[in-house]
Amino acid sequence: MTGWERFTDSFFNARVMAQYLPKIVEGFFLTVELAALIIVAGLALGLLLALVRAFAIRPLNWLIIFMVDLFRALPPLVIIVLLFFGLPNAGVELSGFVASWLALTLVLMAFSEEIFWAGITSVPKGQWEAARSTGLGFVQTLAWVVLPQALRITIPPLTNRTIAITKGTALASVVAVPDILGAANAGVSFSFNPSPLTLGAIAYLVLFFPVVVLGRWIETRFAWKR
Amino acid sequence: MPGPGRAPIVEARAIHKHFGHLHVLKGVDLTVAEKELVFLIGPSGSGKSTLLRCLNRLEDPSSGSVVVDGIDMLDPRTDINKARQRIGMVFQSFNLYPHMTALGNVALALRKVQGMGKAEAEAKAAAALDRVHLADRADHYPLQLSGGQQQRVAIARAIALEPRVMLFDEPTSALDPELVGGVLAVMRELREDGMTMVVVSHEMGFAKAAADRVVFMSDGAIIEEGIPSEIFTNPSHERTRAFISQIERH
Ligand SMILES: Nc1ncnc2c1ncn2[C@@H]1O[C@H](COP(=O)(O)OP(=O)(O)OP(=O)(O)O)[C@@H](O)[C@H]1O
Ligand SMILES: [Mg+2]
Repeated sequence: MTGWERFTDSFFNARVMAQYLPKIVEGFFLTVELAALIIVAGLALGLLLALVRAFAIRPLNWLIIFMVDLFRALPPLVIIVLLFFGLPNAGVELSGFVASWLALTLVLMAFSEEIFWAGITSVPKGQWEAARSTGLGFVQTLAWVVLPQALRITIPPLTNRTIAITKGTALASVVAVPDILGAANAGVSFSFNPSPLTLGAIAYLVLFFPVVVLGRWIETRFAWKR
Repeated sequence: MPGPGRAPIVEARAIHKHFGHLHVLKGVDLTVAEKELVFLIGPSGSGKSTLLRCLNRLEDPSSGSVVVDGIDMLDPRTDINKARQRIGMVFQSFNLYPHMTALGNVALALRKVQGMGKAEAEAKAAAALDRVHLADRADHYPLQLSGGQQQRVAIARAIALEPRVMLFDEPTSALDPELVGGVLAVMRELREDGMTMVVVSHEMGFAKAAADRVVFMSDGAIIEEGIPSEIFTNPSHERTRAFISQIERH
């Protein structure tokens, strides 16, 4: 066997790939489901916290800032492991899927809150004043004037963060979730051949490449009309 | 001067404003009669903007009273959002909403504050844009408009609400010189239509031609006031004289 043949046999072994493709496809859809649930819940909670913060209620804001800093400081894997192995001691049993979802949702919530908040504060004070001077209330100004502008500037950093954090769904394999990486790892251990990992990499590309392209499209779509 | 039979639209009494340790307004009285155009001048930092902003409560005065069109602006029972519709404000930096067309900018408060339907609000907004000679720019976004056009849209946004008084805070200071004239022309037309106006500006030519009264502020207080010819050619205070000669050198 030449080196090249050894390489293709290890990483592009058609027999092994065919055998584990169904598992990887299952893992793919599980990863999509997990990622979608994280994105929806994480971004919604992040936006909600940023909006609450806009009301400038001191004790509430301290609490939000503490939570946000906490989940930005902790490595996502540590949160997953704490929720999965730690919570049962407190009488709460979470499945690996739920523990991973909750952990990454909290992380995305924290990061996206900061991004949404930065977006809200970056809208010039003059926008608030112009709107309020025409009789719009605080909430109306936030909803119709400030938020639409804030969301536009948040789109690039938000897209990047969201992609980075949802790629963290691979961590779920640590708590026995058969996502793409979990399925690929299982395939490697049974077949003693790393080809399933190649399939896994392809699956991740198929999943995230369109997301990256979509992010780029949204960015140009929402640029100010000149 | 508020002559007999002309009810005051703005009555500010003994306005004090502190920003922390900074005493920015030191007991200012300002009365503006119906249809009067009052010009407010004074050195940078003298408190002109702060005074204007106290009139529609973008700034809360530390003490004093502000009555606009019979509404006590400082009474906590006053619905401030309702009251502000009677006081149009135009800013140095235009502050148009960049995500909305000119028409959208003007229609927003008509819809959300005055509760008009879309068609009604847009018809009224279009009429306001027509008054500032921008009917043909209704579909343009702010970044597609010149500074002068943006400022005229901002004026349309304010007058669409049919205010009883308009406050202008240096409306032409951010404009290239060749765009100033269009904005001043619109302001003059407003005045001819009988709008009550308080204008902070360095446009002395406009003041001489259009103002009923010039008020000179310095260091948080009104130093003197009078008709334009009097203030500009024969001010009674040294500080006014110094300020005017400085402005005219520019
Ligand atoms: N929000 C604020 N917080 C603290 N200080 C302020 C605030 N707004 C204004 N000031 C101060 O109040 C003083 C008066 O400001 P103001 O803007 O009313 O002056 P102005 O006469 O409009 O000046 P200019 O011609 O430069 O616009 C200044 O010293 C300014 O620094
Ligand atoms: Mg000013």
